[in-house]
Amino acid sequence: MEELSWASIIARMFIQLGPVWISLIVLFTLSITYKRRLGLYGKLFDSTIGMIGFGLVMFWVFTGVYGGPLDMLVTHDPLSQVSGMKNKSPGTPMRSPDEGEYAYFLLGGDNLARDVFSRLIKGAWVVVQIAPIATLFAFMVGITLGLPAGYYGGRLDTILSFLANLILAFPVILLFYLLVTPEIVLTGIPNYMALFLFVFPLIFMCILLNSRYYTQPKVRTPLLIGVLGGLGWLYLSLVSTDGSVVATPTYVIPGLPKFLDLFDIDPGILVVFVSVVFVNSPTVFRIVRGLAMDIKTRDYVAAAQTRGEGPWYIMLWEILPNARGPLIVDFCLRIGYTTILLGTLGFFGLGLESESPDWGSTINAGRRLLALYPHAAIAPALALLTLVLGLNLLADGLREESLRD
Amino acid sequence: MGLFILRRLGVMLLTALCLTFIVFWLTNLYPNLEKLAKTQGNFRMSDEAVTSFLDKNGYLQPMPVKFGQWLGVLPGWTWEDPETGAVTGRCFASGTPEEERGSFCGVIQGDWGFSTVFKEDVGGIVATRLGLTGKLMFAVMLVMVPMALLIGVLAGMREGSVTDRTLSTFSIASTATPEYVSGVIFIAVFASSAVGLKWFKGSATSAMENATFENFTLPVITIALYGMGYIARMTRASMTEVMTAQYIRTARLKGVKFSDIVMKHALRNALIAPFTVIMLQFPWLLNGVVIVETLFNYKGFGWLLVQAAGNNDIELLLAVSVVSVAVVLVTQLISDIGYVYLNPRIRIA
Repeated sequence: MEELSWASIIARMFIQLGPVWISLIVLFTLSITYKRRLGLYGKLFDSTIGMIGFGLVMFWVFTGVYGGPLDMLVTHDPLSQVSGMKNKSPGTPMRSPDEGEYAYFLLGGDNLARDVFSRLIKGAWVVVQIAPIATLFAFMVGITLGLPAGYYGGRLDTILSFLANLILAFPVILLFYLLVTPEIVLTGIPNYMALFLFVFPLIFMCILLNSRYYTQPKVRTPLLIGVLGGLGWLYLSLVSTDGSVVATPTYVIPGLPKFLDLFDIDPGILVVFVSVVFVNSPTVFRIVRGLAMDIKTRDYVAAAQTRGEGPWYIMLWEILPNARGPLIVDFCLRIGYTTILLGTLGFFGLGLESESPDWGSTINAGRRLLALYPHAAIAPALALLTLVLGLNLLADGLREESLRD
Repeated sequence: MGLFILRRLGVMLLTALCLTFIVFWLTNLYPNLEKLAKTQGNFRMSDEAVTSFLDKNGYLQPMPVKFGQWLGVLPGWTWEDPETGAVTGRCFASGTPEEERGSFCGVIQGDWGFSTVFKEDVGGIVATRLGLTGKLMFAVMLVMVPMALLIGVLAGMREGSVTDRTLSTFSIASTATPEYVSGVIFIAVFASSAVGLKWFKGSATSAMENATFENFTLPVITIALYGMGYIARMTRASMTEVMTAQYIRTARLKGVKFSDIVMKHALRNALIAPFTVIMLQFPWLLNGVVIVETLFNYKGFGWLLVQAAGNNDIELLLAVSVVSVAVVLVTQLISDIGYVYLNPRIRIA
């Protein structure tokens, strides 16, 4: 068989990604048809830049979801090494493909003779999985601490701001090099940090509901028990692995027993996740604090105070909804930044194991042979670029549309 | 103003102290020390050998004591070999006669310690590497700041025009391209044999002694590109705001030429905000420096950070973090003070 030309490589990739295009077309048709009824999300479809950004982001989300858990789209196993495919250029046919196996390496092979195209798609799933959730956790931490700091001010604000500035003054890469190492995983520090950071969504939901339904105990009590029970179970499953919360060679803190544990997280991923949340939350804290300080001088806050509402009700039900515009925009930007951070970790070979298909690790593996075989590093680099660009454009579109009203 | 600066300096000192303690604590955790012992000795050391190595070198003292010794407020450790009676210590080389042994040696005394990876004094290593990175940073600033200001001013001059749209998209794209992405793309396009342009070199190792256009362009452009977009966007925002001000309208109604309005009336006021942003970019540039120096194999400060952290070289890593934290804090201070001086409407009580 002959090597494929660039035109046929692109055509074959286009066909391979078919389900993604169909989903994108369906999503866009539906959204544009009903855009007047969809609020801020619908308004996004009035701005070209926003639409382009949203398209790019959703492309990678669909690719990640279809390629990762559903195992579609990929042509080969991302970890298996195929003899004779080492560093082969894009479009190289396989030497002896099995029956029913895809006969080409569409984007070539890497230095361990694995298919770059399949690794690219599997890598998208790693990013699509970690980045939004880590950003969400960072927002929960930032909001739960930033609102009281901005609203009360005073000594609480001074202490929290000092701590936030302390973390911000750390060069990110130094922090990663200190935190994301196998030695630190042994000491159990990431587990302690997980215990601390993951409790914030729980606190947040608890205060949110309690402050709203405080006056109706009949609704509040069952609601809180349900929500706390559910989230608490999730929290305990998240922090405990193999029946213990922290397990070091010298001591063990017991956690949820194994038969109740819903899922286990790989310690390598946990430490990456925790450090990304840790690095992001002080910035969110500063933004929320600034917004809270600005909004607390408004008339409707004074009205709520006169009405006799509690401080947490004012913070969560008066201030927070009115700060949503800048926060949504920042959320999009921050997912992009988290993606960059994840790539940085991979680039320095920290955290995720070296055969992991995530984009940063792949760039790191490919950069040594960049002068001779650039394709193995270029593909994930361009993927990361388009995803972050999409998120930035989406944020820009959202900003424009939310400023308009 | 004097009181303000004094208070800021106090907070800065406290921050630096807290941060160095955190670094100190993390690097002195037992698994890290074990790794250090094994890289210094051999990888198949038994647990007893590790403990005795650590004990001999003063690593097993309580954390605050070690930190005090590093700072120079507590006397350095000494260790006497029970068999030979030879005395080693933190503050003197082995074999020094007893009366010549110093007792305090720490940062306060100007002694930054000894690097276990490079087998040299930390102070000297950091100074040379900082010099190399300074060269890189200077070149980056020379490229980045004028370009960013030009793009920002041109985009903000006429809001909503085609120029504005194009340049704004360009700046968004540049902020979305982290250094390890743009660096990889640049090397592949301009330095690899696959594309075949070969205009520049993919490695900047030779630029440490002799920086030429050929070996220095790619690293400089790579760092400058990522920072440029952000400064340009800030400049554009501030320029559009100034261009809608009353005095610009008055000048236009008086019939002043558009180029004169931009150059003489708008520019000076529009450049106040970007100044702060440029100063605050320094810490971000530090990240870029680490990535770019690793990618292009330029052995400067960022490369040193990676070496120190990768080998758990405690004293070198502490010195590196002190320097980088100081850079962050000093630039914050300068940007605050500069902002007050540039903008007379802001006064600190």
